[in-house]
Amino acid sequence: MSVKPAPQAADLSELEKPILELEAQIRTLEVDPGRSKEREKLQRKLDKMKAEVFAGITDWQRAQLARHPRRPYTLDYIERICDRFEEIHGDRAFGDDSAIVGGLGWIGGQPLMIIGQQKGRDTKQKILRNFGMPRPEGYRKALRLMKLAEKFRRPILTLIDTPGAYPGVDAEERGQAEAIARNLLEMAKLKVQVVAAVIGEGGSGGALALGVADRLLMMEYATYSVITPEGCASILWKDAGQAPQAAAALRLTAPHLRELGVIDTIIPEPPGGAQMDWDGAAQNLKQAVLQAFAELASAGPEELLETRYQKYAKMGSVGS
Amino acid sequence: MSWFIKKRQQKTAVEARTVRVPEGLWIKCDACRELIYRAELVNTRNVCPKCGYHFRIGVEERLASLLDPGWTVLFSHLRSVDPLGFVAAKSYAEQLRKLVESGQTEEAVVVVEGRLEGREVVLAAMNWDFLAASMGSVVGEKLRLGAERALEKACPYLIVSCSGGARMQEGTLSLMQMAKVSAALAKLDRAGIPYLSILTDPTTGGVSASYAMLGDLNIAEPKALIGFAGPRVIEQTIKQTLPDGFQRSEFLQAHGMVDKVVTRTELRRFLALTLAWMAGEGAPAAE
Repeated sequence: MSVKPAPQAADLSELEKPILELEAQIRTLEVDPGRSKEREKLQRKLDKMKAEVFAGITDWQRAQLARHPRRPYTLDYIERICDRFEEIHGDRAFGDDSAIVGGLGWIGGQPLMIIGQQKGRDTKQKILRNFGMPRPEGYRKALRLMKLAEKFRRPILTLIDTPGAYPGVDAEERGQAEAIARNLLEMAKLKVQVVAAVIGEGGSGGALALGVADRLLMMEYATYSVITPEGCASILWKDAGQAPQAAAALRLTAPHLRELGVIDTIIPEPPGGAQMDWDGAAQNLKQAVLQAFAELASAGPEELLETRYQKYAKMGSVGS
Repeated sequence: MSWFIKKRQQKTAVEARTVRVPEGLWIKCDACRELIYRAELVNTRNVCPKCGYHFRIGVEERLASLLDPGWTVLFSHLRSVDPLGFVAAKSYAEQLRKLVESGQTEEAVVVVEGRLEGREVVLAAMNWDFLAASMGSVVGEKLRLGAERALEKACPYLIVSCSGGARMQEGTLSLMQMAKVSAALAKLDRAGIPYLSILTDPTTGGVSASYAMLGDLNIAEPKALIGFAGPRVIEQTIKQTLPDGFQRSEFLQAHGMVDKVVTRTELRRFLALTLAWMAGEGAPAAE
């Protein structure tokens, strides 16, 4: 007989509750200029509370934060980091997958290609975006856009946010595995700078298919994993309820992955997470992206390819 | 007994529809059937102000809508000949002679060099008035020369397509123009020179199956008919009525073939923007 362990940490929603209440209280005070002192005091209390609460956040809570329903998604970031963006559609073969968006963008006056998985906010959008789970045509669209960027020697930025590649009959029929594999091969060969940023969920192969890059950045509360905590728990613990344990075991958070040498940079999020302050999160992302491209700017195509190869050659942990 | 069987209703052939907006003070929109004041259409570049339907426009109007004033027409000395001595209901030689007599000296495509918002470009616009903009040897040759010109000047190449397809009257020679133009575009591709394909109503047959689909970006006007086999041919083959919106620009975008549907009024700005991106420049200021 197995006894379900009491959740060792509260779910994220419970953690957030006092913060949200305090925020609501502050908002009501905003209309009254006479009570600005009181408001400032509450604001200080809020900042302190956020810092305290999120200092001790568990990996499981981070995993929940990474897929927080109010977290900014790819297009929210694009809107905030780009001077201009024109979406381009379709894979020139089968379809236009709305779970991946891509197009011509300008950041700080510099033209570049931006591609990322897109989740939906409301039910209608979620269905349109297939919950951010791309089909093969999505990955093939991404690849085509990367090739377009390569032709015109424009750098590439990918924003990663997906629970995983879509597990469905049609996706298998059209070669989900082939599409992902192809992207890994082709991205290793791209003769332009590639920067990838995990902004939310980095769901396994479906994330990596946009993630072979010269610099891999990760938002502070994003996750990047070979499998979801729930998936791992149900396979290895035979109980999806063990997801919190699995989340801790998988080492899927930014600090862990930085230690493991998987990612290069952790992008700090505003206190309490990106969902609390989209503009602030976008500002930090933009700064990190520009910094990464600046570091790569002087490298020629051959050097880029070799350094990229060396970067991935080092990944893994091998005993002897 | 066939007298009581209802004849399959023939859809209006694309060829039978008027190319230019007809003369008159008021015009009925082909799509929404609303009456439009003619002067209004001039301001909207022949886009129905009520429903956004894009009337077909001629080459001059197309050039004026995309280019800065003052372009140079290239290769206009090339003339179609009748290599096969082709005679069907009409003789091809006779058709050609009549077209020239009526003042159609520019063949089914007009290639020009000019500037698009200040940027040097070579632009080709297909001419529906000349045998439904069908692609014969002269079209292929002009488009090839246009590509060579863009290569020489290292400037972007744009083709505005509309066509009934390859010109049957020149037989297999017409078919080979698909390969010829594609080969010229391959040269541009290797040289890293932008090629933008703009698909307008209707782009079908061999034109759609070659250069119209090969753009670094394939851009279509709204609701343009785009496809390989024409809808009538498909309906007759599969004996089914085709769904609404089949083979229209939006359908093509949903199926991954058209990268972006852009209205005629926004087209020039969009082209300028993408060309700036490809040249590595900052975004032009929004209008």
